[in-house]
Amino acid sequence: MRILREFIIEKLVLLCGLASIFFVVLIFLFLLREGLALFTTISPAAFLAGKSWYPISEPPQLGILPLILGSLVVTFGAALISIPIGVGCAIYIAEIAPKWIKEILKAGIELLAAIPSVVLGFIGMITLVPLVKTVFHLPTGLTALSGSIMLAFMAMPTIVSIAEDALYSIPKTYKEGALAMGATHWQAIWRVMLRAASSGILAAIMLGIGRVIGETMAVMMITGNAAVIPHSLFVPVRTLTATIAAEMGEAVIGSEHYAALFAIGIVLFVISFAINVTADLYLHKRQ
Amino acid sequence: MTMNPYRTQRIAFSLLFAANALILVLVGFVVVIIVQKGLPAITWQFLSDVPRDGMRAGGIFPAIVGTLYLVAGAIVFALPIGLLAAIYLSEYARDNLLTRLIKLSIVNLAGVPSVVYGLFGLALFVVFFKFGASILSGSLTLGIMILPLIITASREALESVPQSFREVSLSLGASKWQTIRHIVLPNAIPGILTGTILGLGRAAGETAPILFTVAAFYLPLLPGSIFDQVMALPYHLYVISTQVPNVDEKMRYGTAFVLLALVLSMNLVAIVIRYKFRMKKKW
Repeated sequence: MRILREFIIEKLVLLCGLASIFFVVLIFLFLLREGLALFTTISPAAFLAGKSWYPISEPPQLGILPLILGSLVVTFGAALISIPIGVGCAIYIAEIAPKWIKEILKAGIELLAAIPSVVLGFIGMITLVPLVKTVFHLPTGLTALSGSIMLAFMAMPTIVSIAEDALYSIPKTYKEGALAMGATHWQAIWRVMLRAASSGILAAIMLGIGRVIGETMAVMMITGNAAVIPHSLFVPVRTLTATIAAEMGEAVIGSEHYAALFAIGIVLFVISFAINVTADLYLHKRQ
Repeated sequence: MTMNPYRTQRIAFSLLFAANALILVLVGFVVVIIVQKGLPAITWQFLSDVPRDGMRAGGIFPAIVGTLYLVAGAIVFALPIGLLAAIYLSEYARDNLLTRLIKLSIVNLAGVPSVVYGLFGLALFVVFFKFGASILSGSLTLGIMILPLIITASREALESVPQSFREVSLSLGASKWQTIRHIVLPNAIPGILTGTILGLGRAAGETAPILFTVAAFYLPLLPGSIFDQVMALPYHLYVISTQVPNVDEKMRYGTAFVLLALVLSMNLVAIVIRYKFRMKKKW
């Protein structure tokens, strides 16, 4: 009896353990199931490199290049801002801050991570968008730049916490060795600690960028949503995520437009998969 | 000319401090502005009334109720699966390829963009299983989304229980499951609770996964069954911020305040539990 119960429980627990694999596969399969239908009417190359996205014109034009470039521009801007600031925060928290300041900073970062993205989008709409408009004398503040600034802010918890873990896991002897050789504290951090933790920090940056590419609500609320190929940071753009969120409500289930939105989902899934697997490899390399 | 290394250090440390101060100030700014402008909007009527006048007046009661239903549904689904998965990883799994694959899947599940969860929920629950846009579809979608969070937190809690506890129990003749059930789990409960509450907060705040699976634009009625649509706080904030013109700022800030208060209070509870547990921990 007892052996039977142990056996059943062990199998049940194993089954739940496998649930994560099951769900990842299921997500991919259902994206394919709805999205692949698109490629009976349009080639993958025309979809990825097509320059116009007019999903409701007749016939619909379903090229997502403007959306890909929109996502890239916003992500590039966000990376430019968030990488130096985020890694800087992590270094300060892990290496320099006294314990009580460290606790406050970590609580602040945790607080930021908890704020829902729609709330940040709302605040961005009301404060950041008018600010960008006045500072840069633009016709509208709903631009890629506004999105980049907001997303840089939203990527911060991911970058800081993972980079801080990476620095924290480097043996203290590395730093002590450098200090004993007469290096200043900063020299020890810059030349020894950062180098030793580089693969973990790289993983932190990648996961932060993954967070930026996948972010939806805030980006949809403050980037202006114009599906045209962007030539600078100061114009409205529409990202991959915002396109899905904004248009799925109107797309007829089973239509070409519906399939195209799922195909965009496939693109996003593949990007996030690649980023997460690579980041995971870097994190494991360290150990 | 080379700089004096101590001067370089002073400059570097100041910059690093400034980076942190900047983030802290911005976070503070967001919270303060929402509290300052949102709190005056909070009246009993705002919390208990339905939206009126094209969502420009009245309250947000249906959205609050909707969000509570969705969060409850998500946790009912995700907690048992997540906890058992964590038990597998912490107590049963060997260090082999399968375990590595499971861990990689958890990382990937956590990294899937929230709007892709929305697509998945639409394709699987709304269309394939024909649940329609409903509490059931939305809860299941949110449940799968918070699964990695619950597994990771529970696993950490289980693994932090010292190995010697298990050994003593096993040496007294208890079976593996008896040991887990009576020794490991009770000692891991605070950590599991913390992860669960953080998952609740995450589910309450997400918008993209519920866009096409459950959220109603305007629906003053309360749901009668799990196959009904509901309004939800994050979606309501999105709607009155971008879709409905001429909404009083007070309504928007009020809604943002309620949502933020809900999410942050959950986080606060989680932090308190964690803190109390650390104080009490004897090993």
